[in-house]
Amino acid sequence: MSTPRDTEVQPENQPATAADATATDNDTVSESQIELTSGSLGDYLSTWGKRIRAGESGVLPVLVGLVIIIVIFQTQQSVFLSPGNLVNLLVQAAVYVLLGMAEVYVLLLGEIDLSVGFVGAIGGALTVILTSTPRNLPWWVGILAGLAAAAVIGAFQGWLITRLRLPSFVVTLAGLLGWQGVLLVLINKAGGSSGGTIAISNSVILGIVNSNMAPIAGWIVLAACVVVFALVTVLGDRSRRRSGLATPPFSLAVAKIVLFAVAGVILVVVCNTNRGVGVIALSGVPYVVPVVLAVLLAWTVLLSRTRFGRYVYAIGGNAEAARRAGINVSRIRLACFVLCSLTGGMAGIVYASRLGSMSNNVNGGQLVLFAVAAAVIGGTSLFGGRGKMLHALLGGMIIATIANGMGLIGLDAATQYIVTALVLLAAVIVDAVARRGQSVTA
Amino acid sequence: MTETPVGDAPLLRLRGVAKHFGPVQALSGVDLDIPVGQVTALVGDNGAGKSTLIKSISGIWAIDGGQVQWKGKPVHLSSPRDAAHLGIATVYQDLALCDNLDIVQNMFLGREVVKSRLLDEGSMEKTAGRTLSDLSVTTVRSVRQLVGSLSGGQRQAVAVARAVMEDAELVILDEPTAALGVSQTAMVLDLVKKLRDRGIAVLIISHNLNDVFAVADRIAVLHLGKMARSAPRAELDTQSVVELITTGATSQAAATKG
Repeated sequence: MSTPRDTEVQPENQPATAADATATDNDTVSESQIELTSGSLGDYLSTWGKRIRAGESGVLPVLVGLVIIIVIFQTQQSVFLSPGNLVNLLVQAAVYVLLGMAEVYVLLLGEIDLSVGFVGAIGGALTVILTSTPRNLPWWVGILAGLAAAAVIGAFQGWLITRLRLPSFVVTLAGLLGWQGVLLVLINKAGGSSGGTIAISNSVILGIVNSNMAPIAGWIVLAACVVVFALVTVLGDRSRRRSGLATPPFSLAVAKIVLFAVAGVILVVVCNTNRGVGVIALSGVPYVVPVVLAVLLAWTVLLSRTRFGRYVYAIGGNAEAARRAGINVSRIRLACFVLCSLTGGMAGIVYASRLGSMSNNVNGGQLVLFAVAAAVIGGTSLFGGRGKMLHALLGGMIIATIANGMGLIGLDAATQYIVTALVLLAAVIVDAVARRGQSVTA
Repeated sequence: MTETPVGDAPLLRLRGVAKHFGPVQALSGVDLDIPVGQVTALVGDNGAGKSTLIKSISGIWAIDGGQVQWKGKPVHLSSPRDAAHLGIATVYQDLALCDNLDIVQNMFLGREVVKSRLLDEGSMEKTAGRTLSDLSVTTVRSVRQLVGSLSGGQRQAVAVARAVMEDAELVILDEPTAALGVSQTAMVLDLVKKLRDRGIAVLIISHNLNDVFAVADRIAVLHLGKMARSAPRAELDTQSVVELITTGATSQAAATKG
């Protein structure tokens, strides 16, 4: 991608001429780089199609993959698309999505964090220990303490990596082993007689995953989100148009808002349908869904709309260029490791809430591999500089869908592992092929 | 054209600049004037001290002896920041661009415009677009193109535009046409002329004498760490420059060391 290309670049519809040096004096750029400024929505879509064929596919293949997986499971087991199972799926995905988002911060730098599963588990364990009997501290104290502990661990590991210039793979591999030990000590000390499991007695902590918003509250929150999204989209479009910058057609902005609203309505309708078994009614959006979406929004804004985020991408793309531009590379990298562990701590708390307890047999090693897989399946590069928080959401959903669907069909764990591995490989292959397409056409 | 513009000092003046690395004397007694609004070409064989000289000017290496004057006043360049502060921008051969960022993002890297703590993409895009069109860089289709997808010449243009946007008064280009094709080279040389027309002093390092004679107003030849000759282009021809590069002197006339 980085090789200078001068003469082989040809617009799609022109035959290559031998006299490229003179013929392409105007430095023709490839069709894949056409900017989305065309007048109508139709033009826009056809440009988009060209970009996809040229390898700039974005999240489309992932979405297509997710739909295919859903269709396959639905044909095998009709319960799959029932509201009850879909809500269950969302809840299952929450931990993978949060861990995947944690991993995106370090993957963008071209680094990796193998310890985030156990670091998150320590955060979750601390929250549970502090808020459960016999301590019974308020829920927010527990959550703050859990998140702070995770962040401090991230800062320590980040310090080793940035100041002592140790490879992140090795430091976090040590973390993977070491923090598991610390987790055992923590649970065994606090759990004592209960055999390595501490039950959550705080209703708020338990309720993150196991309580639902009142159906009407779900609608109100959705309405507010749609209004805000519409305002931001329309105002952004306006301001670009006013400053005379190239702007995609307005109908696209409208289409985005409609899509957003439709997706939201589907989500709320599914969650608000009674999924109770027998006479007990159960409906509403589980609190964990807005929690995960809020984290997604916050981290997306941080990465794409602030200087900090810009520097993360710059360092992942070319650390030397970032350094020469006056960016404090070590500080940004350290912050990424802190944010990774912090997000891991959130995942740990959600994990505990879902199980209703924290035990000493958390499989943090497997969790972290699923976290990396979630980010990569979603489209984040392992080599730094390319990726989005949204990728973790999509990848985490795919991993959870596979686990959920195969469980429903009754396939054993062995098959689940193998299929997840194949999906991961497929994602990397799609990415590699797309990138090769890019370097040929661009 | 005379050696020094009458009545006012050149933008940058080096007098007796020396630099050694251990026992190796990389530069000794180098004198060089870089006038405003002119393109000065620095040529010399490998190991002649070209890189050492530009790294000294851009503040990467502090000089051991001699004096640097900026607009007639002695200055001390001990870090790249000092140089940048004066208005010296250096575009290195490896360009230091991020392939995964677009043109606007690269041009503003480290100097992003923020509005209430969020990036002000609109105003950055506008400024970047204006700077590029001022430099007549019209070949990029969109300023939102990723730099990784640009040709070598376009990348050079982005790096130069980035320097111009910093309000540089002296732009140093290190081998800007190396590894470029014919049309791309022409585009970069046009860009150099454009800089000169804007009243910016340009110091260009090149191995390609065709490029040098196509664009330079003055030519300075380094030979084994010493300034073999520094003169307006009109006083030199290709053959004498080649002789200066290889032997440090010309056979036609006594080389005026200066």
